[in-house]
Amino acid sequence: MPTLDVEHLSVTFGSGSQAVKAVEDVSFVLHPGETLAVVGESGSGKSVTALAIMRLLPQHSSSVGGAIVFDGKDLLRMRRGELREIRGNRIAMVYQDPMTALNPAMTVGAQLVETMRAHGVGTARDRRARAVELLTQVGLPDAPARVEAYPHQLSGGMRQRVMIAMALACGPDVILADEITTALDVTVQAQILELLARLSREHGASVIFITHNLAVVARIGDYVQVMYAGQIVERAATVELLGNPLVPYTLGLLASTPRLDEDRSDRLSTIPGEPPNPRQRPAGCRFASRCRSRHELCDTELPPLIQAPTAAEPHEVRCWGLMPGEGTGWLLDEEKEDAQ
Amino acid sequence: MTDRTALMDVRDLQVSYRVGQGRRLHAVDGVDLTVAEGEVLCIVGESGSGKSTIGKAVLGLIPASGGAIDFDGIDMTTLRGRALRRLRARMQMIFQDPYASLDPRMTVGEIIAEPLAIHSRGGSVHHRERLLTAMRDVGLMPALVDSYPHELSGGQRQRVGIARALILEPALVVADEPVAALDVSIQAQVVNLLQDLQRSRKLTLIVISHDLAVVRHLADRVAVMYSGRIVEYGDRESIYEHPAHPYTRALLSAAPIPDPAVERERERIVLEGEPPSPFARPDGCRFSSRCPLRAALGNPDICAHEDPRLTPVVERPDHTAACHFIESDRGEAARGRASVHHHPHDQGENRE
Repeated sequence: MPTLDVEHLSVTFGSGSQAVKAVEDVSFVLHPGETLAVVGESGSGKSVTALAIMRLLPQHSSSVGGAIVFDGKDLLRMRRGELREIRGNRIAMVYQDPMTALNPAMTVGAQLVETMRAHGVGTARDRRARAVELLTQVGLPDAPARVEAYPHQLSGGMRQRVMIAMALACGPDVILADEITTALDVTVQAQILELLARLSREHGASVIFITHNLAVVARIGDYVQVMYAGQIVERAATVELLGNPLVPYTLGLLASTPRLDEDRSDRLSTIPGEPPNPRQRPAGCRFASRCRSRHELCDTELPPLIQAPTAAEPHEVRCWGLMPGEGTGWLLDEEKEDAQ
Repeated sequence: MTDRTALMDVRDLQVSYRVGQGRRLHAVDGVDLTVAEGEVLCIVGESGSGKSTIGKAVLGLIPASGGAIDFDGIDMTTLRGRALRRLRARMQMIFQDPYASLDPRMTVGEIIAEPLAIHSRGGSVHHRERLLTAMRDVGLMPALVDSYPHELSGGQRQRVGIARALILEPALVVADEPVAALDVSIQAQVVNLLQDLQRSRKLTLIVISHDLAVVRHLADRVAVMYSGRIVEYGDRESIYEHPAHPYTRALLSAAPIPDPAVERERERIVLEGEPPSPFARPDGCRFSSRCPLRAALGNPDICAHEDPRLTPVVERPDHTAACHFIESDRGEAARGRASVHHHPHDQGENRE
């Protein structure tokens, strides 16, 4: 049974002509111990998806559709009391900026103890010891002394470790990590990625790792799901997706990322233009106006997410050019030609 | 250095900040740099390494507490008032965050043309022409001239910042993390734009960045900083292909590559701990407490007691590193052992 089953999730902010569809018809399942990387640029809907799972979206200005099934129950239809049992306890979130997520007026130990007390973990005496144990587990140097430190006394990498310790405090089934390495230096980023992988292995927690950085994905995810303008456009196992990217947007994203292991080609290849205004998204493919392989059909009709006919393993794509059929599939012919 | 084409020559630069209670934080602590005309120098390093402070100091935006900064043969640290201002018009800065660095109450046109007014160059008709040319050069539609920053996308805002920096036709531009705040697809557009402008105008460009992949793409020469010092310096390809300093090796190995097959085969050096506090730096090598090479060599004393100076790397012109053990055969052997130690599965036939 999957840990988390997200079905046809949609999130809209505002209403009428000002309505912004931040997430449209997003479905995915997450199994125990799996890490799913969600990749996208600003406005792709990747963070809103995480906030919807945490039920942290503003109630009055957003409407959420679909279902988010956790442990047999739909989080979207849960009452506050029930939700409190789950949020922070069985589903925990780690944020990008630990300086704003941590309480500056409390020691890190006190914050950990508070989280555990709120969810009824252990006795008062246990919690203190467990706080030190958690900080040791996440590799905070000199944890028994640092438990008394305030957030401002720690470096960025240490704060992020504290955030991860807080997420782990109640032994969650799912950890949502939203751009948690983006603000960190590369050597610290490498440490945090290794830590997250180890914790997920040892504790069997499932992880949703949200990032804009495709290179980081090569180190962290079992699966990758690429989002563009509120929709999933490509999804496969990490090795398959990065080894055999198919959708023009993903191809463009990879080509425009300079690589550490390649001497410079003269110019970076770019994706022309910018993502569509979320208030006036096109009727057809969201990427059409920036796509080099676009046909007329792309402007008028939205392609469905389908299994790529050329892929040997599960690999979903949203692109008319990759859809077999009359008047579609023009990229499939190209692939065949390439192969010959 | 006596290089005649050097546009900027920095010698033994010291920059410190007063941080209260009579304490001083030495952000930059003895840095030598030479930037030739038309060259792209990239300064890489992690937060707190002093890289941004160097950028501000060479533009005279913060005072140096020691050393000399020669720009076009004149020591800037001795200039004051009008003379300094005249020199400054020839050097400009591009900032990281196009959201924070543009005045939200000014229009695009006002922001880009403001330097012309500050340095009182020509009449207003002339300004208008220069403005429209500058906008065209960075790929901004003239129709945006009366827009406000909040009406623009992140990429457009960074183009405004670039146009503003270039409108006085400076000889030197310092760009501090110019693409770090941009989305990947927009980042590539701005990197290309910077490269095109640099080449067509023969600009001298200092780029400060933590992104090692972007730096490999942009730089002619690279300076790697650690704890207020340059630890490795020289030709880009030499440094990326043959990093000599153990810190540079760790830094390069930590940066991810978007290819799982490559990632699996790579040597990964994970550093323990953190850089030394700027208030309590060790006497010897500042990297010694975290250095995998030193550990592999059995913690030689010299690293703890003697501060290594930048020295030429053998058989590599234009490549220096500050490490006591870059040259020795023992160093080579130890480096091999260090990587095997960290990645036992790495020794297979797939390693280059």
